[in-house]
Amino acid sequence: MYTASDLRKGLRIKIESDPYIITEFNFVKPGKGQALYRCKLKNMINGNQFERTFRSVDVFEAADLQEKKMQYLYKEEGKYCFMDNQTYEQVFLSDEQVGEAKNFLLDNLEVEILFFEDRPLGISLPNFIEVTVTKADPWAKGDSVSGNTKPVTVQTGYVLQVPPFIEEGEKIRIDTRSGEYLTRVKG
Amino acid sequence: MGEGEWRLSAKADALQLRAAMIRAIRRFFLAQDFLEVETPLRIPAPAPEPHIDAVPADGWFLHTSPELCMKRLLAAGYPNIFQICRCFRAGERGARHLPEFTLLEWYRAGVDYRALMEDCEALIASVAAGLGRSGVLAWQGRRIDLTPPWERITVREAFARYAPLGADEALGSNRFDELMVDAVEPRLGVDRPVFLYDYPAALGALARLKPEDPSLAERFELYIASLELANAFSELTDAREQRRRFTAAACERRQANRAAYPVPEPFLASLSLVPPSAGIALGVDRLAMLFADRTAIDAVIAFAPEEL
Repeated sequence: MYTASDLRKGLRIKIESDPYIITEFNFVKPGKGQALYRCKLKNMINGNQFERTFRSVDVFEAADLQEKKMQYLYKEEGKYCFMDNQTYEQVFLSDEQVGEAKNFLLDNLEVEILFFEDRPLGISLPNFIEVTVTKADPWAKGDSVSGNTKPVTVQTGYVLQVPPFIEEGEKIRIDTRSGEYLTRVKG
Repeated sequence: MGEGEWRLSAKADALQLRAAMIRAIRRFFLAQDFLEVETPLRIPAPAPEPHIDAVPADGWFLHTSPELCMKRLLAAGYPNIFQICRCFRAGERGARHLPEFTLLEWYRAGVDYRALMEDCEALIASVAAGLGRSGVLAWQGRRIDLTPPWERITVREAFARYAPLGADEALGSNRFDELMVDAVEPRLGVDRPVFLYDYPAALGALARLKPEDPSLAERFELYIASLELANAFSELTDAREQRRRFTAAACERRQANRAAYPVPEPFLASLSLVPPSAGIALGVDRLAMLFADRTAIDAVIAFAPEEL
């Protein structure tokens, strides 16, 4: 159980049987009056958002959320399939639930799937992945006009900016949180 | 230089302004022969307020404001006193709240709350001049004219003007605080500072009731740019009435499952000796926010609790 004084940005609570994440939080208190806890909440199942003001007497149930290690298998008809390697249990996530993570979903990649009471909600990736560059324009040596970076496509289809010396077939490391290039991986 | 040092060094302008502001505040009171006092931060019994929680400290409590000790000084014959001190309120943390903050509190004997409104006008003008500022405060793109006299509006007028419910109805339906924050405060002190005064009697814990209308307490709050800056009372000096209110507040705390505090008996014993007087507490950090043109209280203090 949480009380209003536990509320903060990022906290996940259960309201009327759905899990919500607090996306904005503000503590206000007029004069000698009561504390008011203004929250913007996002429903973690359907994405609906709303604002609500809580008082110090309010109590909240923690959302029963669990992360489970699973392996990405394949995508079929707009659904992404993941499998638990211990139990062979499979779950499917929609495009919407996978979101930006689709840019980094390598075959067999191990990820964390977020469950709310046995229902899969979303995915968290490892912070860093290594991918192969599948398409890159050749580096025109000494060409300073083209700038410090160039776009390349990697095996997942994701396009990002990298230093000009990166060539097709090379492996690079990407930070999945920012989507940015980190280093070249010497193979 | 690490992340922490870099953040601290970026606050240099705000911290210098804050220090200059506190020097200007001291000069203002010392020039009027006020006595600067220091009272203990750790006390056995804070004034029971329904919505203010004290931080326990080794069997006693850190004070939530210096009011009880300062009124005992008034009772002992110190007529004009001020203090700049740290105060502590458990669980208060937000863009405008710190659990440990700096309060300026001053008292004048022989006057009522109206005299403190004039003090505020003169003090802020004097601080602005001390900082080399003009009579217009620039804050977040607004221009707030500090020329006195400032606007004075009663709580009932403000609710009638800005809120969907009257002040007394709002209080009766437990919506006073919510409407104050959502409907009233955003409209206060937009072009020039405003004194919101004459609160419903139930909202003036240590304030004298208005002799001509006992449904109201002689309390005001100062707002500049919607920021609540100061709270003032014509001091209640009737010990029996004060004890009755403390008991009611303690009862309200018990019903809300809040910690119980001992009754501040030495304070009640000296209350009948307090002369007719008025007292006020002004948030120094918030005043610094205004002069430093900042929207977050963290910007005008060296260390927020999360940075320690």
